[in-house]
Amino acid sequence: MKVGVLALQGDFREHLSALGECGVTGKLVKTPSEVSEVDALIIPGGESTTISKLAKSFGLFDLISKRIADGMPTYGSCAGMILVAKSILDPASGQETFGGIDMQVRRNAFGRQTESFEVDLAFAGISGAPIRSIFIRAPWVESCGSGVDVLGSLEVDGKSHPVAVAQGRVLATAFHPELTGDNRVHRYFLEEVCNK
Amino acid sequence: MSKANETEVGGARVKRGMAEMLKGGVIMDVVNVEQAKIAEDAGAVAVMALERVPADIRAQGGVSRMSDPDMIEKIQAAVSIPVMAKVRIGHFAEAQILQTLNVDYIDESEVLTPADYEHHINKWNFTIPFVCGATNLGEALRRISEGAAMIRSKGEAGTGDVSNATTHMRKIGGEIRRLTSMREDELYVAAKELQAPYALVKEVAETGKLPVVLFTAGGIATPADAAMMMQLGADGVFIGSGIFKSGDAAKRAAACVKATTYFTDPKIVADASRGLGEAMVGINVADIPVPHRLAERGW
Repeated sequence: MKVGVLALQGDFREHLSALGECGVTGKLVKTPSEVSEVDALIIPGGESTTISKLAKSFGLFDLISKRIADGMPTYGSCAGMILVAKSILDPASGQETFGGIDMQVRRNAFGRQTESFEVDLAFAGISGAPIRSIFIRAPWVESCGSGVDVLGSLEVDGKSHPVAVAQGRVLATAFHPELTGDNRVHRYFLEEVCNK
Repeated sequence: MSKANETEVGGARVKRGMAEMLKGGVIMDVVNVEQAKIAEDAGAVAVMALERVPADIRAQGGVSRMSDPDMIEKIQAAVSIPVMAKVRIGHFAEAQILQTLNVDYIDESEVLTPADYEHHINKWNFTIPFVCGATNLGEALRRISEGAAMIRSKGEAGTGDVSNATTHMRKIGGEIRRLTSMREDELYVAAKELQAPYALVKEVAETGKLPVVLFTAGGIATPADAAMMMQLGADGVFIGSGIFKSGDAAKRAAACVKATTYFTDPKIVADASRGLGEAMVGINVADIPVPHRLAERGW
């Protein structure tokens, strides 16, 4: 299986390294022909507005949307989570998403950078110690449909917000496992989500 | 379920991680809400809010300081991408102010008039991350040892002359490559020569890169400049005066974003370079007397 990492902007090299540590040689992709050649796709952390604008300018937007709709296994972290959401609560002007998970996300939900944080997160489907998770100007899931599996949540002011979700062959996390050296989320994607 | 109040804020991974998310992107200097929106629409990954772009600071002279908090807050309200702001070198009280404003990154910048000619800010004392300028590896590592979570090569701001950015990127890259070829016992002398902490020198020698993200800055004015800097090893690009001192700012901004992503594809960079209107006029760095060169500030 060829796993691509969308390399328009963001921390795509960290995802590539994480794949490598899982024994998978990933490929950075940023043209329509490169995206067409991969069997699965990771959408990295970065600026979701920048990534979606570049995807539109270079003929990737409709292609990626269609491939996700057709069942290509896809994992998005942070900006990637925003981009695989069905809708954004508070989009930047003209900002659209690829879609893939029946959810609405709130951008920068936890606040600005001074509120960015690390926390131990329980992740359904991943055993062992909780996952040390890095949230950077992260989104959360504001609401999601009944077909969405919530794999991890954070409680803020007494209210629970999903931060790791999956639907079909699409996985999304509001945090960045690619920054920690703990590759269990990548393994979960490769072993569980891709084989659904 | 985890609670958000069991969290750790302001750790090194969170600060450095923020810069990781900016990689492959362009950070643009803006002086008002209108420019900030143009930058966001063009695909900037962040904006630097300041009262005067470096070209105007250079032209108008005088002491240059942190921007008015009202001006920074207006820009924060207008865009959803990260907002950075500058403080004078060593001016920790300006940095305290910016932290209360919740800007996303502080640039301790030689573009402003230094407040301290000996010490930089102890950046470990802040939850907000800092980016600092550097002209060589030793300077970069000294800033990192003070807590900088991101480095940008200095170049010569406000000139539109890319030559100093080239010099600084080549210098930093060359010094890193030199460390990776050394025997372990040679690294002690290397640390002495670089005037940098041995632990950081050893880390760079082992990994072949800085422990934080390295952007480039100072004189970048065209898509080709951006593509060249990326090929020289920059993780991303700051463009200060180059965009809003040019003819068609919106078009040039979008073009620089495209060139930064597709820096290895000259056809795309060529297309991005078409019909951009007038570039900023610029000043040759060689024509600027040494005491007026901003890159000389910082130690």
